[in-house]
Amino acid sequence: MSAGQPPLDSPEIRRLTPVLAPGYTYASVTDKISAIVLTRPTSLGWFIGFGIAFSLTGLLTIAIGWLIIKGVGIWGINIPIGWGFAIVNFVWWIGIGHAGTLISAILFLLNQKWRTSINRFAEAMTLFAVACAGIFPLIHTGRPWMAFYMFPYPSTMGLWPQFRSPLIWDVFAVSTYGTVSLLFWFVGLIPDLATLRDRAKTKAKQIIYGMLAMGWRGSAHHWHNYQAAYLLLAGLATPLVLSVHTVVSFDFAIAIVPGWHTTIFPPYFVAGAIYSGFAMVLTIAIPLRKAYGLEDFITMRHLDNMAKVMLATGLIVAYGYFFEFFMSLYSGNKFDVFLVQQRLHGPYSPFYYALILCNILTPQLLWFYKMRHNVVVLFLMAIVVNIGMWLERFVIVVISLTRDFVPSAWGRYSPTFWDWATFIGTIGMFVTLIFLFVRVLPAISIAEMRELVAETSEEEK
Amino acid sequence: MEHRSHIYGVMGEFGTPEQLIQAAKKTREAGYRRVDAYAPFPVEGLSEALHLHRSWVPFITLLGGLTGGLGGFGLQYWAAAITYPQNIGGRPLNSWPAFIPVTFELTILGAALSAVLGMLALNRLPQPHHPVFNVPRFTHASTDRFFICIQARDKKFHLADTARFLQGLEAHHISEVFDD
Repeated sequence: MSAGQPPLDSPEIRRLTPVLAPGYTYASVTDKISAIVLTRPTSLGWFIGFGIAFSLTGLLTIAIGWLIIKGVGIWGINIPIGWGFAIVNFVWWIGIGHAGTLISAILFLLNQKWRTSINRFAEAMTLFAVACAGIFPLIHTGRPWMAFYMFPYPSTMGLWPQFRSPLIWDVFAVSTYGTVSLLFWFVGLIPDLATLRDRAKTKAKQIIYGMLAMGWRGSAHHWHNYQAAYLLLAGLATPLVLSVHTVVSFDFAIAIVPGWHTTIFPPYFVAGAIYSGFAMVLTIAIPLRKAYGLEDFITMRHLDNMAKVMLATGLIVAYGYFFEFFMSLYSGNKFDVFLVQQRLHGPYSPFYYALILCNILTPQLLWFYKMRHNVVVLFLMAIVVNIGMWLERFVIVVISLTRDFVPSAWGRYSPTFWDWATFIGTIGMFVTLIFLFVRVLPAISIAEMRELVAETSEEEK
Repeated sequence: MEHRSHIYGVMGEFGTPEQLIQAAKKTREAGYRRVDAYAPFPVEGLSEALHLHRSWVPFITLLGGLTGGLGGFGLQYWAAAITYPQNIGGRPLNSWPAFIPVTFELTILGAALSAVLGMLALNRLPQPHHPVFNVPRFTHASTDRFFICIQARDKKFHLADTARFLQGLEAHHISEVFDD
C-alpha cells in the first residue's frame, strides 16, 4: 500500500521528516518567528488577501444589518424548516474550532512534540471559528438584542432560563468554550509577548506588547506556576472540547425528529468536529508555511500526521454514518426507515451522495504515503472535507425537518441570497482575523520552539 | 545597610540551561535563599534546583472548579425548583440529570478562570516594571540567555562577595541590578 515508505520511526524517516529542521538555535528560532511580526515588510499578497477577506466581512455586516431591519424572513427558513443555514453554519463553525483545542490540549497531555509548531495558530483558528459560530444562533433568534434573556440574571420580571433545554446548555457550552479557548491561547502567548516586547524597536510596539505581556520576565517562579496552570488548562480543555460538540449534538438528539433522535450523535459529532477541524488546520497551514517560508517549522511530518488524524477521524465518521443507517433499518421504526429512503432517493439525495463522496470516499486516498506527502493533493483534500462536513450538517438539518411524521408537515427548503451572504461573510470574517493574527502575533509559539530546540539538541547528544 | 537601599541584587548571565541549573544548585549550596533564575523557556529541573515549594495553582484551580460546579448546580436548582418552578406534566422540579451539562460547563469555567487568575496573582502579574528590567542585557532573557539574580535582601548578600561568587560560577556578565 505505501510502497517505498521506509519503516516508521526508523532513523532515516526521522531525518527525512523531523519535527524541526536541524541547525536551529534558541536565537534563530526566535529571530525567524518574531521577524514575521516585527521586521518583515507587509507583502502585497497580504494586502490583497486581507482586502478580499475584509470586503466579505463588509458583506457580513450588510447581511446582518439587513436582517436586523427586516427580520429572519429574508432567509429561506420557513415552517417546518425553522433552522436552515443558521444552524448548519453554526454547527460547522463550532466543529472546526475543535481541532485547535485537540492539538493544543489533548496532544499536549499526550506529550506529542509535533504539536509545538502548529498549536498557536490552531488555537487562534479555534477562537475565530467560535466567534463565527456564535453569530449564527444569536442572529437566528430574530431579535439578537434580547439574547441576554438566555443568561441567568435576576431580572425584575422574576424570569429564569429553562435549564432543561439543550439550547440553554448550548449557551453555557459555547460561551465556556470560547472563554477557556481564549484563556488557553492568551496564557500560551504571554512569554512570546514578552519576547516581542524585548525585541520591538519602536516605542508604540514596545508599549503595546509590553502591556499585553503584563511584565512577564521568565523567572523560575513564574515558569513554575505557569507550567502548573498550563497543564491544568490542557486537562480542563480536554473534557470541555468533548462536551461542547456533545451538547451541540444534544440540540438534535434530545428532539424526537426522525434522524436526530439517536444515541450515536454525541460521539459521531465529536469525531466529525475533529475531522473538519483538522481539515481547516491543513487549509490554513499549507498556505501559511509557504507564504512565510516556515517549511522548517511546519514540516512534512506535521502535514503527514494531520492527514493521518483526518483519515482516522474520517473513518469514525464513516462508522457513524453506517450505524445511523443500520440502526434506522434495524429498529423497524417506519419514520426512521422512511428517512433513510429520503436520504437515498428524496429531493435532497444529491447532497447526501456528495457528502459520502467528500467525507468517506475521497479521504481514502490518504492511506497512500505519496498522497499525504503531496502538498497540493493534501490542500485540495482538506477543502473537500470542509465541504463534506458542511454538507453533513445540511443533510442532517434539512432532510429531517422537511420529512417528519405527517406529509402535511413536509416542506422544501432553499437558501436565499442573504443566507449565502451571511455564510460567505463569516468565512470572510474568519480569514480577516487569520490575516490580522499572523501579522501582529507570533503564529508559532516561540517559547515552545526554544524548548523543542533544547529537547532535540539533547537527543542528538 | 545604607548602600542596599538602591541595589536590588546582583545578576549573572549564563549561556545554556545546563549551566543555569548548575549555577542555581551551587547558589543554594552556598547558602543564598533570595534567589531567582530567568530563562526564555521552562527549564526542566530548575524549580527543584531552586527548591521552589509546590505550586498553589492546582489547589486554587480545585477551589475554582468546586465553586463553579456547586454554584452552577445551585443556580439551576434555585431557578427551577424554588424561585421559578414550572409544573410540566407533574415532572419533578429538581430534574437533576438535565442540570448536568450546565453544571459541568460551569465547573470547567470556574476551574479554568481560577487557574489563570491564580497563576497571574501568584506571579504578581501584571507588574509592568521590575528592577531586573534595568539591566540592559536582560532583554536577552526572552531570547537565548539565562540569568541568576541574587537579591540584596538575602541575609548573606554582600555586593562585592556575591559578585565574586557569581564570577566563580563562570557567569558571562555580572551586573548590579538597581532598584531605580
